[in-house]
Amino acid sequence: MVEKANILQGIPASSGIAIGNVFLLEEDEDYCLVHREIPKEGIKKEVARFKDSLTKTRADMLATQEKIHKTLGKEYARLADAYLLILEDPLITRNVVKRISEGVNAEYALFRILEQVIRSFEMIDDEYFRERKHDIQDVGKKIMHNLMGKQKRSLAEIAHESIVVAHNLTPADTIALRENMIKGFATNVGGKTSHTAIVAQGLEIPAVVGLKNITAQVKEGDTLIIDGNQGVVIINPVQEILDNYRREQEIQQAQVRELEKLKDLPAQTTDGHRVVIAANIENPNEVKSILAHGAEGVGLYRTEFLYFNRTTLPTEEEHYESYREVVQKMMPYSVIIRTMDLGGDKLADLGLEGFTKEDNPFLGLRAIRLCIKYPHIFKTQLRAILRASALGRVKIMYPMISGVGEIREANALLQEAKDELKKEGKAFDDKIEIGAMIEVPSAALSADLIAREVDFLSLGTNDLIQYTLAVDRINENVASLYDPFHPSILRLIKSVIEAGHNAGKWVGICGEIAGDPNLSMILVGLGINEFSVSPGQISKIKKVIRNTSLLEAKTLIQEIFSSNDWEEAVRKIKKHPIP
Amino acid sequence: MHIINKLGLHARPAAMLVQSVARFKSSIKILKEDQEVDGKSIMGIMTLAAAYDSTLRIMVDGSDEKEATQAIIDLFASGFGEK
Repeated sequence: MVEKANILQGIPASSGIAIGNVFLLEEDEDYCLVHREIPKEGIKKEVARFKDSLTKTRADMLATQEKIHKTLGKEYARLADAYLLILEDPLITRNVVKRISEGVNAEYALFRILEQVIRSFEMIDDEYFRERKHDIQDVGKKIMHNLMGKQKRSLAEIAHESIVVAHNLTPADTIALRENMIKGFATNVGGKTSHTAIVAQGLEIPAVVGLKNITAQVKEGDTLIIDGNQGVVIINPVQEILDNYRREQEIQQAQVRELEKLKDLPAQTTDGHRVVIAANIENPNEVKSILAHGAEGVGLYRTEFLYFNRTTLPTEEEHYESYREVVQKMMPYSVIIRTMDLGGDKLADLGLEGFTKEDNPFLGLRAIRLCIKYPHIFKTQLRAILRASALGRVKIMYPMISGVGEIREANALLQEAKDELKKEGKAFDDKIEIGAMIEVPSAALSADLIAREVDFLSLGTNDLIQYTLAVDRINENVASLYDPFHPSILRLIKSVIEAGHNAGKWVGICGEIAGDPNLSMILVGLGINEFSVSPGQISKIKKVIRNTSLLEAKTLIQEIFSSNDWEEAVRKIKKHPIP
Repeated sequence: MHIINKLGLHARPAAMLVQSVARFKSSIKILKEDQEVDGKSIMGIMTLAAAYDSTLRIMVDGSDEKEATQAIIDLFASGFGEK
């Protein structure tokens, strides 16, 4: 007998497809809330009992945090800090105790205080903050369990190959799911940004949340398809749908496996042309991840984060510590450190004197211009970069170069920094390579002159496209005009690469299009030597490059550039299936 | 990098404020229009935190009120690192 298939739409919380049988996790919130009067002599004991439950809850949370830290690392574990902060909230530590002292039992006092808080949260407009109420409810439940001495039903009971359906799952539950090899889960409540969703993503367990009432719509043993990409759950699918999903699941899993295989293979065309695929980072923490994805270097180390979250300018030591960490961890690969690309408004917050607000920051005093105008700030960073260059392979890159003059001025300051360090007897790489970011159209159009002054060029296509097409990609009225395939852009890229190569210098690319597999063939054909992308894109573009020949790529370029109808040529390329 | 951005960026300012004032003895009150919350209460601050446009009044009272006030000013001035 074919049961009626039910298709439910929820919120996709973690991607992937899972197919299995339902294991219904009973909502153990069904405790009986007891309201007892506590006589005066009993209050002290009751308060102590409450404080004990807080201590135990804190210990449980720290243990879970430790588990998350072991399985997923520091960044995920930090999320649990929010729970710990809630536990320390005076509303819980002070107000509940006060309520107990009025002569009621701890469970009731806790319940009433939290009830009020949750009610205020339900009235918040902002969805993200409204969702935080689940965190508060989770904490409340944990304390309540410890107060009532309840043992949570062990998830270890669940047979493998099941899909867990529950009202809600905590991050601790999610870790337990992974340990028990559950295939996926679906819950009534929850959101995309919840701690649970993020942990599920980290563990790669497909999940759909916010299904409102799925616990009432399934029964134990039902067949369930979880589509974590679309946020769809299908109960008791008919054979056809089941087969389709099984096929789709295999395809997706095969894709992931294939991409993983590419990690240690070189980025080389079928006819032996080799390019380098490096990664962009902002933060020393990211080094482990980019190496795991197969990066052959850091093609762009954005140093702006060193200036955030503070009230004073970063010191040379602070710069140096970050660079040192990255450079050492990346050995033997090279690290290209881009000098600070910030505007005066940011630095004014850090104590920069004499800066006035600009109407047009994008065309104003920022990046290399700012650094040349305030040499003490620039040299602090340069000194730190130079010192780090003694520990590994470091290159420097200047952002927002608009002409040769800026490079000469920057290099003069670099020489000053070198001389200072020499006098101080501090080691550095005297032959450190310098590069210029080509993102301002004037630089692209005079790339031949710039190439003579530096050791390499790097195309910053994000800004190059904005400046050239006069489009602000965040402005939704014109964002659609942002077109990497525009003839002006491809022509500029082509001429910059030629200028670089004619001067005997290599050319890299670090804008968003570098990581777009649809453009990989074109960029290879144009002659890019190094791609710097986000780690998730490394295998994707490597796959395209390994399945193309340089000859094909160059032929493609010829077709585009010699065609009478550019738009038609581009349309043909876009239709061409990427290898 | 992508991972870091997703993680509770909104709750961070609230957490940063609570963590920065927790160590002071003074009482901290945050007022918005007719709402008043305890500045050391993460849940309290979160209920206010949604309103980015409104002005907040902060009242600090206690033996170390000077240091506490400075810590709060510094935190706001740095834009909680969000600018």
